[in-house]
Amino acid sequence: MTSRHILLLGPLLLLLGAAYLVPFLGVMQWSVTLPEPGLGQYRTALTDPLVLGVVWRTLRICALVTVLSVAAAYVMTLVWVRGGPVARLVVELCILIPFWISVLTRAFGWLALLSNKGLVNGWLQTIGIISEPLTLVRNEFGVVLGMVHFLIPFAVFPLASSMRAVDERVLMATRGMGASRARIFWQVFVPMTKSGILGAVLLVFVFALGFFVTPAILGGGRSVMVAELIYLRIFQSPDWGLGAAISVILMIAVGALLALMLRQTKGAAR
Amino acid sequence: MFGQFTALADITLTIARGEFLTLLGPSGSGKTTFLNVLSGFEPPTSGRLTLDGRDMTAMPPEARGFGMVFQGYALFPHMSVEDNIAFPLKVQGRSATEVKRRVAEMVEMVGLGGHGHKRPAGLSGGQQQRVALARALAYEPPVLLLDEPFSALDKNLRGQMQDEMRRIHRDTGTTFVFVTHDQEEALALSSRVAIFERGRLQQLAAPREVYERPANRFVAEFLGDINILPVSGGRIEGRAVQTDAPEGDLAIRPEYMALSLAEPTEGNAIAATLQDLTYLGAETRLSLQTPGGVALVLHQPTASLPEGLAPGAAVWATWDPARGFLL
Repeated sequence: MTSRHILLLGPLLLLLGAAYLVPFLGVMQWSVTLPEPGLGQYRTALTDPLVLGVVWRTLRICALVTVLSVAAAYVMTLVWVRGGPVARLVVELCILIPFWISVLTRAFGWLALLSNKGLVNGWLQTIGIISEPLTLVRNEFGVVLGMVHFLIPFAVFPLASSMRAVDERVLMATRGMGASRARIFWQVFVPMTKSGILGAVLLVFVFALGFFVTPAILGGGRSVMVAELIYLRIFQSPDWGLGAAISVILMIAVGALLALMLRQTKGAAR
Repeated sequence: MFGQFTALADITLTIARGEFLTLLGPSGSGKTTFLNVLSGFEPPTSGRLTLDGRDMTAMPPEARGFGMVFQGYALFPHMSVEDNIAFPLKVQGRSATEVKRRVAEMVEMVGLGGHGHKRPAGLSGGQQQRVALARALAYEPPVLLLDEPFSALDKNLRGQMQDEMRRIHRDTGTTFVFVTHDQEEALALSSRVAIFERGRLQQLAAPREVYERPANRFVAEFLGDINILPVSGGRIEGRAVQTDAPEGDLAIRPEYMALSLAEPTEGNAIAATLQDLTYLGAETRLSLQTPGGVALVLHQPTASLPEGLAPGAAVWATWDPARGFLL
């Protein structure tokens, strides 16, 4: 990169610095100074049962969401990359349309569908399958559903690039050896797209860790995740120091995962 | 007899058990399509394919059990050499001890001893090609189909792999059907060569025959340099010559023509002017032009050329009448 390139990148770097780096340095400062200087807030963040409970729930939900999103995205991507023209178009729309709708709109959409007086419960009651409404939102089920819905398209892209890289002739050779479709899929195709799967898993997991809007709306305060906990510490209780310490820990975790992802994609490129 | 087949444009050919048949032609000539019909990846719109009298036209590739080797080798990148070779054996449900024994045998046969635990990415092109060959032959298929397997290798390695291929064909007795666009490769390897052009089979014969007795002008020109002289009334440019028939195009391979400074007393000959000499070491390539404007190419041993031969010299091109053939 020459100095001219850096000059062209300048405005962007300045914006990113002002919008992210400076505030993050501020947050780091809070975490070691509020209410008194020291690492006390980090000790609390790593030992307090309430915080640990939220962290544990976040990891559990994120793991579940990741598995479900990547599995669903794998099937969708398979159709997208290898399906017929109509199937391709349908999948393409299913991937693109969610990108045009804000996460907030989608969360409220799920509420309209799944709340006690929502469409799904109303319909099930009308045809008599259930007498009491099912609790579909304001719990972990709703959170997981909303997050999976949001994250599937993000998992599609790394999967698609790895599936496109699969050499058709390898699959032909495998068929020629008399292998069944199931064997070709599980023993040849899936292992050959391993790098895409790992990329999708890391991307979705990192994204899920910082989720705020979806869990806040669809969890209804009953299944608080880390991002919401930070929000509560800073906006609804004067506990800036603890909120800041949890932020920094989350940031480090995300940074470590991103580094892993970068190493993984570099490894796959070799 | 291995089978009979009619497709592309009226192609009927029978492949004998254990033979090394090469499908040769320029790109787009239909040779690869023909191979895909044999493998089952492209069903023919009409025609029949039989193996030992059994109709297999509609049989999917996985049911045919043919071995296949592709241009890009098509190895499993996530498996070691041994696992690659073991895969088709496991598909067939052979016992673990049998798989192990056979894999060791195949690794030995293709000369990859000591590389068994490596991944394909850790091997050279030639080594990967050997793995592909071993994998395709491991389950003893009745027929091995090879789609331009050497096109990615450099010239030296190619020659080495060709020798190896001949040896493996001899040792296994498997029927090989080999697709290539490289004439020398086809002539060097095959027991018979099938020459394709525009979806039609032009000639099917032993290498020597297609080279020395081509069925038509396309085959003659596709298989290397050739000199073509129009004959009319038993004469070429007014000079009487001995040919099979008095009319037609007489074709002579450059290595069967000789250079003479004086008008020869016997055999066929034509006067020409030397245009250019290209020194190729042991051989020299001479470009000649007849007064009638026909360009000729001669390949002469450098040692046999007269001293001081230079462009512009008046010379004679001579040939044994038995070496010329009419197209």
